[in-house]
Amino acid sequence: MSKYNRNYIVDKTFQWFAIFCTAFGVLSLLLFLGNICFDGIGRINWQFMTSLPSRLPEKAGIISAFVGTLWILVLTAIIAVPVGVGAGIYLEEYAGKSRLFDFFEINITNLAGVPSIIYGLLGLEVFARLMNMGGSILAGACTLSLLILPVIIVATRESLKAVPKSLREASFALGATKWQTIRMQLLPAASGGIVTGIILSLARAIGETAPLIVVGALAYVPFVPTSPTDEFTVMPIQIFNWISRPQKGFAIDAAAAIIILLLITFVMNGIALYYRNKWQKKVKW
Amino acid sequence: MAEKSKMVEKESLIAENVNVFYGDNHVIKNVSIVMPENSITAFIGPSGCGKSTFLRLYNRMNDYIEGFRKDGSIIFNGKEIYSKDIQLEELRKKIGMVFQKPNPFPKTVYENIVYGLRIQGVKDKALLDEVVESTLKKVFLWGEVKDQLKKSALALSGGQQQRLCIARTLAVEPSILLMDEPTSALDPISTAKLEELVFELKKTLTVVIVTHNMQQAARISDKTAFFYMGELKEFSPTKQMFTNPKEEITQNYITGRFG
Ligand SMILES: Nc1ncnc2c1ncn2[C@@H]1O[C@H](COP(=O)(O)OP(=O)(O)O)[C@@H](O)[C@H]1O
Ligand SMILES: [Mg+2]
Repeated sequence: MSKYNRNYIVDKTFQWFAIFCTAFGVLSLLLFLGNICFDGIGRINWQFMTSLPSRLPEKAGIISAFVGTLWILVLTAIIAVPVGVGAGIYLEEYAGKSRLFDFFEINITNLAGVPSIIYGLLGLEVFARLMNMGGSILAGACTLSLLILPVIIVATRESLKAVPKSLREASFALGATKWQTIRMQLLPAASGGIVTGIILSLARAIGETAPLIVVGALAYVPFVPTSPTDEFTVMPIQIFNWISRPQKGFAIDAAAAIIILLLITFVMNGIALYYRNKWQKKVKW
Repeated sequence: MAEKSKMVEKESLIAENVNVFYGDNHVIKNVSIVMPENSITAFIGPSGCGKSTFLRLYNRMNDYIEGFRKDGSIIFNGKEIYSKDIQLEELRKKIGMVFQKPNPFPKTVYENIVYGLRIQGVKDKALLDEVVESTLKKVFLWGEVKDQLKKSALALSGGQQQRLCIARTLAVEPSILLMDEPTSALDPISTAKLEELVFELKKTLTVVIVTHNMQQAARISDKTAFFYMGELKEFSPTKQMFTNPKEEITQNYITGRFG
């Protein structure tokens, strides 16, 4: 067999293998989605959206978990965004090169890969116990903030790094200070990447279960939380709770809740995508 | 003696025994040069000989380059610009710079021009409007863009963008204008317009222009500095440099024997 022929066959084989892998991923996802939708879509109604959990599957609803997730989402954003973007700006624009800096840099990148339950243990020790927050929404939000901080920091730094040097030089050459340049040129130019990173990391945060359970989120919350110091549950925990019940009715509740959780994350990803595209079109050098 | 001190007083941008290193790379070698006021000085020399590096010393743009080091002194209006107590922002308001590639901000034409004033805290709308109009007129751009002031500067042509960048620099009223090959990205017509503009500007400004184009240097400059491998080989009135250079290497360069 000629070398050419062999290369051709290897090439084709690999191509089919790649197609198979892609199809496998997409098909399993579709199968899962179809299954969930089939089970749960009929359960989504006003009663389900506005009811507290209940012993009876047909009376149960997701209002406490839904509101809990919203609380967590908003509080986490309020804590993680300023801290993460601030740290990103500092590391990229202000911190001088040094051993210590390299040490931080490597650690921040590594933190993004730490299993989330470790963050849960940290949250339990520091926020819930040491700072006396208990199993409150605030403790949960602080914990998830830590979890997504590295992602926001890295997104901020990468976006700032991607701003062309010519833009910085133009601003400095006109007598702008560093902070003016950052605020009026660099951040607007980098905002697409930063906002995308923030939204994607928040979308990840609302899917987290393990760290919140460790911190002390409850499985059964028969009230709607109204303040950051309230105890709470979130949608993934509620889903897990329902799935583990023997009654068939709760499996349907779980499917319906999964659809809603997926919808929220899809919408967030959609916004991120939309924002990035719009920004890419607007800013071209 | 009296004669000399009077001269120094008038000529206010003075470099003395300047050396520049990027890491171990010695790129400017013991250069001393005095910029004449209200005139155009051209920097010529082969690629990589240090023209840009030297030009960027004057507004301290090299400070951001890793491994940059310099010794010797650069005195502007009697003050060492690399001394600790110099205010960088103030220096750059007086010594403006136009870059090789037009680099307008991704903002409107209007916002590009008023940026330098906004960062100084100027809020008076009437004043800003007036500056926009007068600087755009100075760069012969007013007629072309007066109806697109609120449109993105990125929509302008390359030549228009470069003139906008000049206007933006003029808006903060510098006394010295540094230009690093400002026409190298432009077509011949835009280049001609820009040269005309630079010629106009020297009535009120000191212009230092790096150019790769010998004809351009000959056309517009009053004095020409020839750099070669980091050294200032010759600094003479342009006419003399192009008709009767002192150094043989200058002769070889301007007649195109290397470059
Ligand atoms: N950012 C930089 N970092 C390190 N070396 C540089 C940098 N910019 C320029 N150089 C070096 O400095 C020398 C002079 O470059 P430059 O001033 O750009 O020359 P010119 O403008 O005359 O073409 C060259 O040898 C170049 O390789
Ligand atoms: Mg150059």
